[in-house]
Amino acid sequence: MNKKFASSVIFYLVVAGMALVVLFPFLWMLSSSFKTQVDIIAWPPKIFFAPTLQNYQKVFGEQDFLKYFLNSTIVGTAAVGLSLVLGLPAAYSIARFTQKKLAVFILLARLMPGISFLMPWYIVFSRLDLMDSYTALILSHTLIALPIVIWIMSTYFATIPPEMEESAMVDGATRQYAFWKIILPLSGPGIITATTLSFIFSWNNFMFSQVLSMEKTKTLPIAVYNFLSYAEVDWGGVMAAAVAIMAPAIVLTMIFQKYVVKGLTMGAVKG
Amino acid sequence: MIRSSFAERNLQSLFPLPAVIFVALLMVFPVLYTSYLSFTNWNLTSGMPATFVGFDSYVRVLTEPRFLSAVARTFAFTFFAVAIEGVLGVATALILNRAFVGKSLAKLLLLLPLVATPVAIGIVFNLFYDPTIGLANFVLQSSGLPPGLWVSHAKSVIPSLVLVDVWQWTPMITLIVLAGLAGLPEEPVEAARIDGASEWQIIRWVTIPMVMPVILTALILRLIDALKTFDIIYAMTGGGPGYASETLNIMGFKYSFEYFRMGQSAVILVVLFVVVFGCSLGIMKLRTASEV
Repeated sequence: MNKKFASSVIFYLVVAGMALVVLFPFLWMLSSSFKTQVDIIAWPPKIFFAPTLQNYQKVFGEQDFLKYFLNSTIVGTAAVGLSLVLGLPAAYSIARFTQKKLAVFILLARLMPGISFLMPWYIVFSRLDLMDSYTALILSHTLIALPIVIWIMSTYFATIPPEMEESAMVDGATRQYAFWKIILPLSGPGIITATTLSFIFSWNNFMFSQVLSMEKTKTLPIAVYNFLSYAEVDWGGVMAAAVAIMAPAIVLTMIFQKYVVKGLTMGAVKG
Repeated sequence: MIRSSFAERNLQSLFPLPAVIFVALLMVFPVLYTSYLSFTNWNLTSGMPATFVGFDSYVRVLTEPRFLSAVARTFAFTFFAVAIEGVLGVATALILNRAFVGKSLAKLLLLLPLVATPVAIGIVFNLFYDPTIGLANFVLQSSGLPPGLWVSHAKSVIPSLVLVDVWQWTPMITLIVLAGLAGLPEEPVEAARIDGASEWQIIRWVTIPMVMPVILTALILRLIDALKTFDIIYAMTGGGPGYASETLNIMGFKYSFEYFRMGQSAVILVVLFVVVFGCSLGIMKLRTASEV
């Protein structure tokens, strides 16, 4: 009995240790965002300090952060929407007609380094006068979201028994009808998983936006990065910006925890 | 017999068609164009059209010491990051693979680094690593060790970046392996226990071999992304100091969007793609072998 108790104490100590390692950067970021520059550069580093809101006032007041926030939301939402429209039928087709070649094709999209198509996009979008446009940014972010949507949804559709459509088709429905009216309404959990995950990946994307967006369409990761370009780093400001950019992704993750875990692990465990 | 329309009969090709056209237009053609550009010499700022030069750009890039170091660095970064993440991730999964109070909270915590914006994470670690005000040196000095320069020194920059990658991505391996462990049958473990195997023997000879395909898949996913690591390196060091943390992806980015040498940049991108593709194929072979 005593030995069992001791081993479970050790177990919880180990788990607490791991939790601390995971959480610490977040906690430090959060606390630094409430520090003045003087408190941040203090040596030894301060754990207790008089909190200030000035960093957040600066970020949301002077920095036009709301605009970048809106840009990130527009680009992410449009890219995920487009990916669902393009990806759902494709994923269904992969799941029902076992299209191996198509699946490999999509896997290649996941494999390909983004920069190997970003460079030609830069050339083409410049010629078409599409630099700093929502169009270019949404198209590029769709290429991030689409493979995720197809990957997750083809796995999800495969778990729905084919008898669902087949019985409707025996009754005279077309397969298209069965897909829209029977399969999609059953796919809520899969669609939530795909939407959450692909939105977060678009939200966090740095490379595409760094090249394709300028002042008008600038997204949050670029705005955060630009904080570093000042001569002396405004640590408090950049930490407040970091908190602001991560908060939506973390809130989404908390709400849809179960779905996010599924999305990140399903392909690996089943395939 | 149901009368079937043209669309209904060809659903198999019509359903995926929009997605295929999209990927062809935005990925396949651009990649082919990149491959074509790798055989040209083209500076975008010169105003001159691209000239076909055969393998000249390949020869110039592949003999450049800066490029060769970038290749070696990409492999070193990836190897250490994925190896450490693999060991820590599997170990953590084995520890957490039991019912306990707070397991769901533990899983939520594991998700946080995965959804955190890499650029922002890079900046937070820069604050840790700052030689004069950073927590990292405070910890070192408090334990009586000499302070380090972390990302500001050529010798320590790659290990410092690996540490950030390990912090952010180990949880992904943990979560995937945990999901794999949850799907394993219990009989082999029980049989081994009845035969008198110790806990360690069971893990080493029963559990790990059974979950090996899942571990290898997790490693493939990590490997693909680690080879392409961009955000944290670009945000934390920009490839510096000097070229000390310049990986292929960073070098390709600079050649494309800072020097505008598109021909040579295309060569770097082709090499990066071949590396990513080759490594993934290698591990997939290994995975197929482990399933037999």
